[in-house]
Amino acid sequence: MSTTRSRIAIGQTTRMAVVVMAMAMFLAACGGSAASPSASVDASCAKDKLALKTAGKLTLSTDNPAYSPWFQGGNEGATVWTGDYNNDPSKGQGYEGAVAYAVAEKLGFAAADVVWIHTTFDQSFAPGAKDFDLFLNQVSINTGRAEAVDFSSGYYDVAQGVVTIEGSPIAGATSIADLKTAKLGAQIGTTSLDAITSVIKPDTEPAVFNTNDEAVAALEGGIIDGIVVDVPTAFYMRDAQLTGGIIVGQLPSASGAQEQFGIVMEKGSPLTACVSSVVDVLKADGTLAALLKEWIADKASAPVLK
Amino acid sequence: MTAARSARKGTLVAVISTLAVATLLAFAIGSSPSWPLVQKAFFDGTYFSTSLPDVAGAFFINVQLFVLAEILILPLGLLIALARSITSPALAPLRIFATVYTDFFRGVPSILVIYVLGFGVPALRLPGVPKEPFFWALVTLVLIYSAYVSEVYRAGIESIHPSQERAARALGLTRFQALRFVVLPQALRRVVPPLLNDFIGLQKDTALVSILGVVEAFKQAQILKSANFNFTPLMTTALIFLVITIPMTRLVDRLAAKDRAAQQGGAR
Repeated sequence: MSTTRSRIAIGQTTRMAVVVMAMAMFLAACGGSAASPSASVDASCAKDKLALKTAGKLTLSTDNPAYSPWFQGGNEGATVWTGDYNNDPSKGQGYEGAVAYAVAEKLGFAAADVVWIHTTFDQSFAPGAKDFDLFLNQVSINTGRAEAVDFSSGYYDVAQGVVTIEGSPIAGATSIADLKTAKLGAQIGTTSLDAITSVIKPDTEPAVFNTNDEAVAALEGGIIDGIVVDVPTAFYMRDAQLTGGIIVGQLPSASGAQEQFGIVMEKGSPLTACVSSVVDVLKADGTLAALLKEWIADKASAPVLK
Repeated sequence: MTAARSARKGTLVAVISTLAVATLLAFAIGSSPSWPLVQKAFFDGTYFSTSLPDVAGAFFINVQLFVLAEILILPLGLLIALARSITSPALAPLRIFATVYTDFFRGVPSILVIYVLGFGVPALRLPGVPKEPFFWALVTLVLIYSAYVSEVYRAGIESIHPSQERAARALGLTRFQALRFVVLPQALRRVVPPLLNDFIGLQKDTALVSILGVVEAFKQAQILKSANFNFTPLMTTALIFLVITIPMTRLVDRLAAKDRAAQQGGAR
């Protein structure tokens, strides 16, 4: 456990150095203010024309704790995202952290004009005015949810994976059929649960936990045999949270459309169109692919189970 | 005749004032500009009817849990109450244990107990020790509610005037017989309303089992809530709980009223 943790810490330090340099160069390039939005994003999306929660500032939000690989860089000096394994999103590191700052940059915000606040998953879709402009928290887009909030275009294609530990009945599983008899767990509010019921269809009802941490505790306690979770988080669990963790494999998508994470905005937000076009531009110009390579790398996929 | 008329008048006044307050509240809430938003998020008819079968089905787990727990709690709580009432110096350890037990389990939040037992004990991986969440949820509820219920019993026992026991002893009953045939029958009758009150609390606390991953009514509602970002399924769950608890609350009220009437009748 401790060796795994220190190895990660070294990796994070190197990455932190790279990002700090990149951010410094970015700040120098745009002079810390008035960065001009890219030509490919509509002129009506200029920074001073956006209806923001706080004028001149882009208020971003995510849940607490913020986990790797979505947020990285640790939390030195942080007051909200504190504690082991937690990451301060304002470091701009990790895939979602980096996407958040890439979107901010395209909209014309310097890193200094980005403010992070904490919003829980449930608060993000509670009725009424929101405190944030954009909420990035690995939220999958679906039509039911889109009646309550606005989503940007998807910034991440999600695949679900199965993670377990040595000694579990499914430690040697190589096919979906091998998972049929397993007691599987997933986090509430995730589409991982749908993956269990529609792809694996196990004999026993899945266990549903309030957080991934509780699912990990249940796996370690032998209450469940395996966890279904998005693939990058499955790798994180294996490397940082579990002793003797094993990636069983990746699940084929349930049916039809590719599941995607989207940026959540207040229903009817004036920002939606601009943020979506920014995400589209970042996708088209290869920025998202580069960030994916930088932060998730070979942990975006695992062998697909059949 | 005048008594009947004044009763009718009383009813009329009660109806009018209730209607006035209800109208005022409905107007105050409905006039909020965001009421349609809140209504759609919490009281959506479609989400209500689609969530009802799932949530009602999952509620069966809650029913199993509170029925089983109550069956264990009632005798266990009584035993603890009796252990606390022991005056014999030789049995002091038993009394001290009962006191510490009630202090501890009434004092800690149930949610912490269920975390420690439900996640912690299975992690020890001791052979033969169950790891089923349902089992540990049952243990948690029995531990905590026995502590509450034992205090209810004890209050009942102590409310019986000492002269009752002394009279029984004077008639030649042993201390145990006096307790069994004189004190307890009176004490138990008195504590039925507060016991039912704790039973209602227990029913609601069965939702705690959801922490251990069990999909009971509340968790089922949360799953549906997160799937569509709509809170209506939680209201469905509230309704199902109310369908069970409101009749029970009314029963408690009636029992309490009956008891009061009986006692006043005896005094007259």
